[in-house]
Amino acid sequence: MFEALQYQFMQNALAAGLLAAVACGIVGVYVVVKKVVFISGGIAHASFGGIGLGYLLGINPVLGAMVFTVAASLGFGLVTRRTKLPEDTAVGILWAMGMALGIIFIGLAPGYAPDLFSYLFGNILTVPFFDLMLMLILDVVIVALVVTLYKGFLYLAFDEEFSTVSGVPAESLYLLLLCLVALTVVVLIRVVGIILVIALLTIPAALARQFTYSLKKMMLLAILAGIIFTFSGLWISYALNLASGATIILVSGTILFISLGINRLRRRTQERERTASAA
Amino acid sequence: MTAKELVKLKNVWVHHDNIPVLEAINLSIESNDFLGIIGPNGGGKTTLLKVILGLIKPSRGTVTVLGTSPERGRKHIGYISQLNLFDRDFPIRVFEVVLMGRYNRAGLIRGYNEADKNAAVAALKTVDMLDYKDRQVGKLSGGEQQRVFIARALTTNPKLLLLDEPTASIDPGMQAEFYELLEKLKENMAIVLVSHDISAVSIYVNEIACLNHRLFYHGSKEVSAEELEKTYQCPIQLIAHGTVPHRVLREH
Repeated sequence: MFEALQYQFMQNALAAGLLAAVACGIVGVYVVVKKVVFISGGIAHASFGGIGLGYLLGINPVLGAMVFTVAASLGFGLVTRRTKLPEDTAVGILWAMGMALGIIFIGLAPGYAPDLFSYLFGNILTVPFFDLMLMLILDVVIVALVVTLYKGFLYLAFDEEFSTVSGVPAESLYLLLLCLVALTVVVLIRVVGIILVIALLTIPAALARQFTYSLKKMMLLAILAGIIFTFSGLWISYALNLASGATIILVSGTILFISLGINRLRRRTQERERTASAA
Repeated sequence: MTAKELVKLKNVWVHHDNIPVLEAINLSIESNDFLGIIGPNGGGKTTLLKVILGLIKPSRGTVTVLGTSPERGRKHIGYISQLNLFDRDFPIRVFEVVLMGRYNRAGLIRGYNEADKNAAVAALKTVDMLDYKDRQVGKLSGGEQQRVFIARALTTNPKLLLLDEPTASIDPGMQAEFYELLEKLKENMAIVLVSHDISAVSIYVNEIACLNHRLFYHGSKEVSAEELEKTYQCPIQLIAHGTVPHRVLREH
């Protein structure tokens, strides 16, 4: 395993895992506590339209996905806030329309789309240098926005009504949060792929939530969890020659379930001790 | 201290999908009022509070808060919404919740300074919850959570407190304690609380109004059974409290 680290592709893969962990750790916490997991799933799938657009225009599909996904998220946010269309209905439409556009765009694009599969399911071992740089820039943007607007996002997630009464620009922050989800999806596409993105947006945050009730600590723990998930998933997929994106997701889910199980056992033991000492 | 008019509603109508929720509401709240608004669920109680806060725009009529629009005037209002609306697992501490009240001083970008933190500590002392400041809000009892949200509303020195079903998630034993806190607060501000629980409200407030799409305002808390029936549109039991020496139970 360790001799693999001297290869450029392996170093790139580790860098990609690290950058993915930062984005999904921070934004994933908001996704989980604000309960916008389903919306994020819709945004992730809609990004396929952007991949198709990239192929059609002959630009880097990840760049296409970035522009398209941010626009789709803003459109979704405005439609749900300004019209009477129920949110979950709107998610279904966003989800399918984004993918449908992607299929049409790819059909219209000249020639064959060779690495389409890696956008759908991710391949951490083949992340190009340009995409790594883009991931780094998006990470910086995400961290800067969250640090600057920390309390705005916290209040939006905790109590939107009181936020509005106190003058928090709740709707603008909500739209911005959807954009952050869109940017995170873009960061994660190369690592786990469009279809599996939602797992990395939820599992690290869900794991972190078991250990703290501070939002900041939850973000740091989720980043750490993300790093452990991507690195160990990468290692297992390399050693066993499995698909890297899918392996990362299965490792994450397994660790989460083990942790939930341990927590449950610990609580039951504590309760038993309490009843024993009371008796 | 002479009473000053804080809130005025003139012929306010609110429609939801063309169905009237509030009809021709006229209401005046003065700076020393302690008003209880009672009425059945779905009678428009929460809507009325949201109209005062500018969260819902009336389809007809005018709302004035401290001589200006609700959006401008609401910084002088402390709002305590129904407790059951928040996520008990949300990772946030008591002190962070109370600091939220200082948002309109600090704004979106600036962090909280000493003055903000002192205001939060003072508010927690007022509601007797300072010892709990590092606890997770969701892990407190209903009564304790209620106090935390009142503290949040107090950090801005409001002229008016609006409470939506404040006793719904407090166990009965704690209700007396809760109303004693309101007794203390009403020295410095007007208080309006809405509830479907007639008996609990009527002991403490100074005036009662009944709301079931229309507002029946009595100016005192002597509410007759007939008036309550008009509000609830069904025969009700009226149980008198306090100085009335016997219970009046009406037949169903």
